[in-house]
Amino acid sequence: MEPSTDAGTRPGGGEPGTGHPIDPEFASMPLREFAAAALQRARELGAEHADFRAERIRGQEIGLSDGHLETLMDADELGLAVRVVLDGTWGFAAAVDLSPQAAVRAAEEAIDVARVAAAMNTERIELAPEPGYGDVSWVSAYEQDPFGVSVADKLALLSDWSGRLMASPVIDHVDASLVQVRECKFYADGATTALQQRVRLHPVLTAVAVEPSGRFETMRTLAPPAGRGYEYLTGTGWDFDAELARLPDLLAEKLAAPAVEAGRYDLVIAPSNLWLVIHESIGHATELDRVLGYEAAYAGTSFATLDKLGSLQYGSPVMRVTGDRTVPHGLSTVGYDDEGVAAQSWDLISGGVLSGYQLDRRIAQLTGFGRSNGCAFADSPGHMPIQRMANVSLQPAEDGPGTEELIAGVTSGIYIEGDKSWSIDMQRYNFQFTGQRFYKITNGRLDGQLRDVAYQATTTDFWNSMEAVGGPQTYVLGGAFNCGKGQPGQVAPVSHGCPTALMRGVRVLNTAEEGA
Amino acid sequence: MSPHQSTSGSTGTTSVSGSVSTGPQDMVERALAAARSDDCIVIADETSAANLRWAGNTLTTNGVSRSRQLTVIAISRRTAGTSVGVVSRAGVRDDQVEDVVREAEQAAADGSPVEDAQPLLGPDDDAARKISPVARWDDPVASTEIGVFSGFAADLGGAFQAAQAGERKLYGYAEHSLNCTFLGTSTGLRLRHDQPTGKVELNAKSADLARSAWAGCGTRDFTDVDVASLDAALQQRLGWARRKIDLPPGRYETLLPPGAVADLLVYMYWSAGAKDALDGRSVFSKPGGGTRVGELLSGLPLTLYSDPALPGLACSPFVTAHASRRDASVFDNGLGLQHTDWIRDGELAALIQTRHTAGLSGLPVTPGIDNLALAGPPDSAASLEDLVGRTERGLLLTTLWYIREVDPQTLLLTGLTRDGIYLVENGEVSGAVNNFRFNESPVGMLGRVAEVGATVPTLPREWGDYFTRCAMPPVRVEGFNMSSVSQAS
Repeated sequence: MEPSTDAGTRPGGGEPGTGHPIDPEFASMPLREFAAAALQRARELGAEHADFRAERIRGQEIGLSDGHLETLMDADELGLAVRVVLDGTWGFAAAVDLSPQAAVRAAEEAIDVARVAAAMNTERIELAPEPGYGDVSWVSAYEQDPFGVSVADKLALLSDWSGRLMASPVIDHVDASLVQVRECKFYADGATTALQQRVRLHPVLTAVAVEPSGRFETMRTLAPPAGRGYEYLTGTGWDFDAELARLPDLLAEKLAAPAVEAGRYDLVIAPSNLWLVIHESIGHATELDRVLGYEAAYAGTSFATLDKLGSLQYGSPVMRVTGDRTVPHGLSTVGYDDEGVAAQSWDLISGGVLSGYQLDRRIAQLTGFGRSNGCAFADSPGHMPIQRMANVSLQPAEDGPGTEELIAGVTSGIYIEGDKSWSIDMQRYNFQFTGQRFYKITNGRLDGQLRDVAYQATTTDFWNSMEAVGGPQTYVLGGAFNCGKGQPGQVAPVSHGCPTALMRGVRVLNTAEEGA
Repeated sequence: MSPHQSTSGSTGTTSVSGSVSTGPQDMVERALAAARSDDCIVIADETSAANLRWAGNTLTTNGVSRSRQLTVIAISRRTAGTSVGVVSRAGVRDDQVEDVVREAEQAAADGSPVEDAQPLLGPDDDAARKISPVARWDDPVASTEIGVFSGFAADLGGAFQAAQAGERKLYGYAEHSLNCTFLGTSTGLRLRHDQPTGKVELNAKSADLARSAWAGCGTRDFTDVDVASLDAALQQRLGWARRKIDLPPGRYETLLPPGAVADLLVYMYWSAGAKDALDGRSVFSKPGGGTRVGELLSGLPLTLYSDPALPGLACSPFVTAHASRRDASVFDNGLGLQHTDWIRDGELAALIQTRHTAGLSGLPVTPGIDNLALAGPPDSAASLEDLVGRTERGLLLTTLWYIREVDPQTLLLTGLTRDGIYLVENGEVSGAVNNFRFNESPVGMLGRVAEVGATVPTLPREWGDYFTRCAMPPVRVEGFNMSSVSQAS
């Protein structure tokens, strides 16, 4: 059967496809033939479950230093993988040769791995049921495939942007980078055959100012990575012209800013900073595999244990947090996950109370949730899918205040924009964040930038100190390309939307004093 | 070659189109023969890996994988300047090699001039002639497989049973990989390096999960991994944690085991690029211009160094750069690597340099090397236990976690203590202390190192996904900044 290149069936959600064909080089391969060969061999060898994945991931990285090309690299990863459950034990194998023979070999190797592993397995693997969706396809929403734009055009744009910043007498150095990914996945388990394509990119410009004294400051663009095409760089979804025009003056102000006095402050936090707090203190804390200890030796566990579901006052009553794999342009948005589960949306925190988790099929079955909410993901054909983060987002208040109104409610505080440094402990209690810009708030008004600011808190203290969330007009979808988890290490792209929010009485440090 | 490595050098595999994928050596030659650019560099990487992961005394995930990647670096030397195009593709068939070369050449044609342009090295250059590769170019390609764990897995199964009986839970991970890199240039260089890399991490928790301890090590082939010894160390530490002591944040005299020292110094090493220092944007920048090379960082005669021939921690003896970055240049591919002191007798001696940045700084060419070691004064023979015995009151760490840069100006880092932090009183461990968030700069810390023990091989836990080959001593640091208490246990 020829692969479908339209949006196909989307029973669980996922945004509409935009009519783009799936990479014809990938889609025209006899992937169904490879899958059939692998799945049949796995069944012959006794597997009670088998699934097959083939992936092609194209990436391009461009880096300019002071307007000069520094890095230009194209990567193209192609491979297949077979995952089996044999007598209740996982087996996984991957290969780079896309052929029926390689698929069969991978199936045999996965069975061998399961046999070796059985001696150490005391917990039977069973998967939560998921309806079969037949032969379906899905394409993320974008207008212009970045791999259809010439390198020369991209360099010209990044060079122009660098030049605009370099023209400022304040700025000594400019780094410009653009990472682009086109990810094609084929999945088959006998009940569902899904062919999908996603596009994402992340442009970043960083300006550096160095004083004769040796002191230096940096400031980078706040444009988040996005599940969009090249149109993101030319005016759709972000106004780079406006941001670049403001950056030199903002950096000059930061360079001249007074140091913060350590203490407790009310914080008004912009989405460009708050998304990362959500990621670390909610996103990872509500991964149920982590809660159960499957990441205990590496990424860690979580304070949000299963016995607290429905009772933990995670935050204040204004707090509603959702998980989804469906939001348009979300970096975690898919049609179907890497276990054939249709994309969904659900609540993780409702009225400030812990109300849900992120699941894959194994964990859903183990814990009695009945059905996975579709959070399985592998970052390459060489890796086994594990539970990875959905788009986890703090919802705005309907008719809620704007950022200026939130600032107006603060007598003495700090307004924070942009993410920078982040760190949280292995149970997601204690965190510390810095940012790109910190403004002093005096009597409800911004009163100039501050420097050397970091804030520290315990997760539930922080979210319970949230007095107000802004309205939809303050909402921004932020995110990251590089969320790490698992061993062997895997990176996943994920988005987090949030409004501006007001927190009361958060501990603020002076980083210069910390390092003295 | 270990009993668990197999070879597939000359056989090739048949792919979807019926076209044959030959070995990486042939692929390098084929790509170089197809090249039309002024210069060309070709890198073929063949990687095989196997892993086991466990939690709560049972295996959770596992796998084996193989990857094959061809990287073509096309160099176009024009009047307006030299441009470079890099294309890296996995699973390339013979009939696709020329396509990859053409794509790289097109990228070079589209690209703007680069600043790090240099002549390519050839086999007659001194910098390449001194290299003593471990593997010969034409030797068959070796790979690892799941059997590398056969002895280890049996020992681990025994440890699971013992843990179950002892009301402990074991968590952890073991992986082994073999990366064979083939580097060829249009100037005639042919270099190969086979790099085995392995590590095991073992975490033990009490049944109520209130107490936790960690141990880990790097290994080349898993024949030297002693599960019983690791497990015994964990049991001792879980025992220490039966007594809980609450301590407030503050600055403490702290004993850092070799792994924690490695985590801090590996980050410092990664931050020691000459380009950033010259640009005035790093902790190693000299106010007013230049670098801090020559400046005293520690009152003790500490020496931080890398050496591709470091016994047990050997790594590639030549530069392999798939793309140019701030601290690496594709033009340096094939450049021989030698023992390099980054800090000598407490004084900053070198920064990571390409030939390009060395030209800018006037300092020797000292590219990055894939291992790192710290040595104290020649008489540093003390073990961590000896340091504990000489401590009146201080903290003993196990590992540091979630280390992130807070301020590049001072290289202030933040992170957490993890899986065991203990109070030492009168030469003995008196109990387990609450975890802390720290804010410390490894550069500032070097100035507060009060005692150094014997250097031993160690695994940096935080950075072990990227950097495993370390040898570090335990150290005593005055006034380590524990900024706040973490409730994590």
